[in-house]
Amino acid sequence: MKINNVILRAVTKIVVFIILTLAVYLFLSGHNNPGGGFVGGLVLASAFVLLFIVFDIETIQKAVPFDFKKIAALGAFIAVATGFGSLLFGEPFLSQAFDYFDLPIFGETELATVTLFEAGVALAVVGVVVTIILSISEDV
Amino acid sequence: MLSVNLAIIIPFLIAIIIPFINKKFRRIHIGWFVLLVPAGLFIALASYIPSIANGQTFENTIHWIPTFGVNFTTYLDGLSLIFGLLITGVGALVVHYSIYYLSSKESLNHFYIYLLLFMGAMLGVVFSDNIMILYVFWELTSISSFLLIAFWYHRKRSREGAQKSLLITVAGGFAMLVGFIMLYVMTGTFSVREIISIIPDYTDHALFIPAMLLILLAAFTKSAQFPFHIWLPDAMEAPTPVSAYLHSATMVKAGIYLVARFTPVFGGDAVWFWLVTGVGILTLFWGAFNAVKQTDLKALLAYSTISQLGMIMSMFGMGSAALHNGYSADSVIYTQATFAALFHLVNHSTFKGALFMVVGIVDHEVGTRDIRKLGGLVTLMPITFTMATIGSLSMAGLPPFNGFLSKEMFFTVALNVMELNIFSLETWGALIPILGWVASVLTFVYCLIIVFKTFLGPYQEEKLERPAQEPPGGMLVGPGVLSLLVVGIFFFPNILGDNLLRPAMNGIFPEFARQEGSLGIEIYAWHGFNLELFMTIAIVILGTLLFVTLRRWRGIYSLFPENWTFNTLYNFSLYQLEEKSYPVTRSYMTGFLRDYLVYIYLFFVMVVGGAIIFTGAFSFDISDDLPITRYEWIIAIAMMVAAIAILFAKSRLTAIILNGVLGYSIALFFVLFRAPDLALTQLVIETVTTVLFLVCYYFLPEWKKENSPRRSKSLNAIIAIGVGSVFTAVALAVQNGRLFETISGYFENAYELAGGNNIVNAILGDFRAFDTMLEVVVLLIAGIGVYTMIKLKAGKEDKNVEDQ
Repeated sequence: MKINNVILRAVTKIVVFIILTLAVYLFLSGHNNPGGGFVGGLVLASAFVLLFIVFDIETIQKAVPFDFKKIAALGAFIAVATGFGSLLFGEPFLSQAFDYFDLPIFGETELATVTLFEAGVALAVVGVVVTIILSISEDV
Repeated sequence: MLSVNLAIIIPFLIAIIIPFINKKFRRIHIGWFVLLVPAGLFIALASYIPSIANGQTFENTIHWIPTFGVNFTTYLDGLSLIFGLLITGVGALVVHYSIYYLSSKESLNHFYIYLLLFMGAMLGVVFSDNIMILYVFWELTSISSFLLIAFWYHRKRSREGAQKSLLITVAGGFAMLVGFIMLYVMTGTFSVREIISIIPDYTDHALFIPAMLLILLAAFTKSAQFPFHIWLPDAMEAPTPVSAYLHSATMVKAGIYLVARFTPVFGGDAVWFWLVTGVGILTLFWGAFNAVKQTDLKALLAYSTISQLGMIMSMFGMGSAALHNGYSADSVIYTQATFAALFHLVNHSTFKGALFMVVGIVDHEVGTRDIRKLGGLVTLMPITFTMATIGSLSMAGLPPFNGFLSKEMFFTVALNVMELNIFSLETWGALIPILGWVASVLTFVYCLIIVFKTFLGPYQEEKLERPAQEPPGGMLVGPGVLSLLVVGIFFFPNILGDNLLRPAMNGIFPEFARQEGSLGIEIYAWHGFNLELFMTIAIVILGTLLFVTLRRWRGIYSLFPENWTFNTLYNFSLYQLEEKSYPVTRSYMTGFLRDYLVYIYLFFVMVVGGAIIFTGAFSFDISDDLPITRYEWIIAIAMMVAAIAILFAKSRLTAIILNGVLGYSIALFFVLFRAPDLALTQLVIETVTTVLFLVCYYFLPEWKKENSPRRSKSLNAIIAIGVGSVFTAVALAVQNGRLFETISGYFENAYELAGGNNIVNAILGDFRAFDTMLEVVVLLIAGIGVYTMIKLKAGKEDKNVEDQ
């Protein structure tokens, strides 16, 4: 299925990067502002979906050579594995911790283990959404 | 020293990385890497022996669900250590053996992952103190055993054997779960040791006997006790290393472990005594009786395992009598039975493990296990023959092998228990030594069959697939080590007795261990001319006679009607179950998505609507509500218009867009109500689902006006209105918050607890992370489901697993 739409393509090329930046911003800001792993992952996925709609699947798969099934599995694995991490410190499964660190450039920054967990959630969401949309749309 | 919790986790961790190792080192047999796990764990566990022998115990807790008292608590005492050493020790030998047994053409990846899974699960069973954790590991052993039995899944018999063992052992496991919950209801704790210390107050509780029966059911199914033994012979379809490991040395002993572990809880009760002893003795006899008629060496060993497990079980049952009157000098005598049981447990693992490996060698070298085709292998395979003889004679209970010692002790306790005047033993008790002795004669006969029919007599090369020869040296290591142990334990039994068996007794009789005077006994190879020895001599004489005249009396087996077996019963019930459930299933599984939705909605209306009506949760009060603003009216009316318009939409695209209007309007509501997080999620979700809808609908047939009969149309309308009303009722009732406890507590201190200003995220990631984690997993499963459904449907016709 070839779509010949120059304006859409030109716009998409720029917009995708804005969406991707937004996704990363949403993901990182989630702890204190609207956002988080789930939304961040969804926005990332929507960026990929936009690419797949505007350009054809083969082109994008060449440019973004990820196996989204593996990304989904990796995400779920990270989410579960971080739960076990707390066991190493003698805490119940899935306990989260946070603290403040003085980092160069960023100044005093809060780092929380929940970010790792959220990263797993985000990857799983991206992987699953793109996998589902790709496999349905490829089935002709 | 290595923490026991870690010892349980290591096999699982290694199982995860096995595929990667296999990819990296294609040249080397993956078994060599796997071998490091049981060998290392064995050494680690063995380092505990000195402190355990001094009466120490080790406890380790990792919190898991502390709110419900479910914690990953391990408890290392003498009893669990014996099992731990058997699991890792025999495990190491079996893995070493399997390296030579399985060629690298097999899917070794899978084999060793299943094996490690099993090893970890088994260690979990014996070391867990928390019964819920024990249950989880227990079922995991059934599942990994299922996978191992069905390893050659292209064979129909493997699949059937795996299914049978799974159905029987998992059903027992469920019974155990119910029993455990009953124990919890009675005592209020999941910890075995706490239960043991408070159970004396609850022996009259109404749930005491039911809990005992359910837990025994699990033990009997797992340890293949009569009449649940039928799964074990079919499990022999597994590769021989698996049979040697799971079905003789470890998994089947999980039931025995359970009985030993729960003896201080239930022991001393007549029901426990008679069930464990009775079923054990019956199994001992029935297994030995059936073993004699087998012609397949592995089937013969399977029945002999059943029989030996029965013997161990019965001894644990007899030992439990010691708890009847509490601690006294008289009671201590009966703990001998438990000692003998533990001793035979170890001995059985050594000689039966060796025998299974020997049979595997024979099968591997000549290509058959049928004793009618075998014979005369002694000159060609002298080393194998020696090991087979050592194993068989030990099993038959002859000196100088360890089986002799424990069998003599079995006779001693069986004779002793007859004289007890509790549990009406003075009348029925005589059956115990008689059945035990008859079974021992039969045991002697089938042990002779193993040795004589396989290795002596005429060599019939034309019936064999390959000419016989000694196997590669590595294959002889496993059975060789075990054979050495068989002889070694006979000459130095007290090393084992003092260092392992005595501490294990302390675990089974914690009350007695506190008293002065030691549990456990000195073992003597020569115990004088007494009744036990004469019984053994009589066994040898009668057994030899029976073996020589085997052909004349074998006919009695055909006297049993062939349809009157438990196998027939099992097959019959399985067939009937499928037959009867088929029409029921067919009547509601119509294959129409529409019907399934109707079930779901009807169920929803009944359950949720019913709950609201019966709990009186519905109350509707708008006096406190904020006034509705102009914007809200506008959005609400727009949504209503869109919703009604969907019903009259002429094309699919219109319907999707109208549906989108609904979703985006909800997002607007979230914006109005200052919930930016939800609004954001709703907006993105709406976008992605709209795309998904469009992609899906592209492949659907033309949108047609529906022409269904009026009746189903009105039914649909009723259901739709019902669902809508229930949802509205729920939405209105929620405001009063009476059904569930409020979650606003999280809002108030989200920043202090989670360090985040975003309450929604704090709930998702910190407070309710378990929900989120499982949601992610569900999402993944759904994704894989969609993928496999769409991608793999084409290949279905070409590939057929069935080939036999």
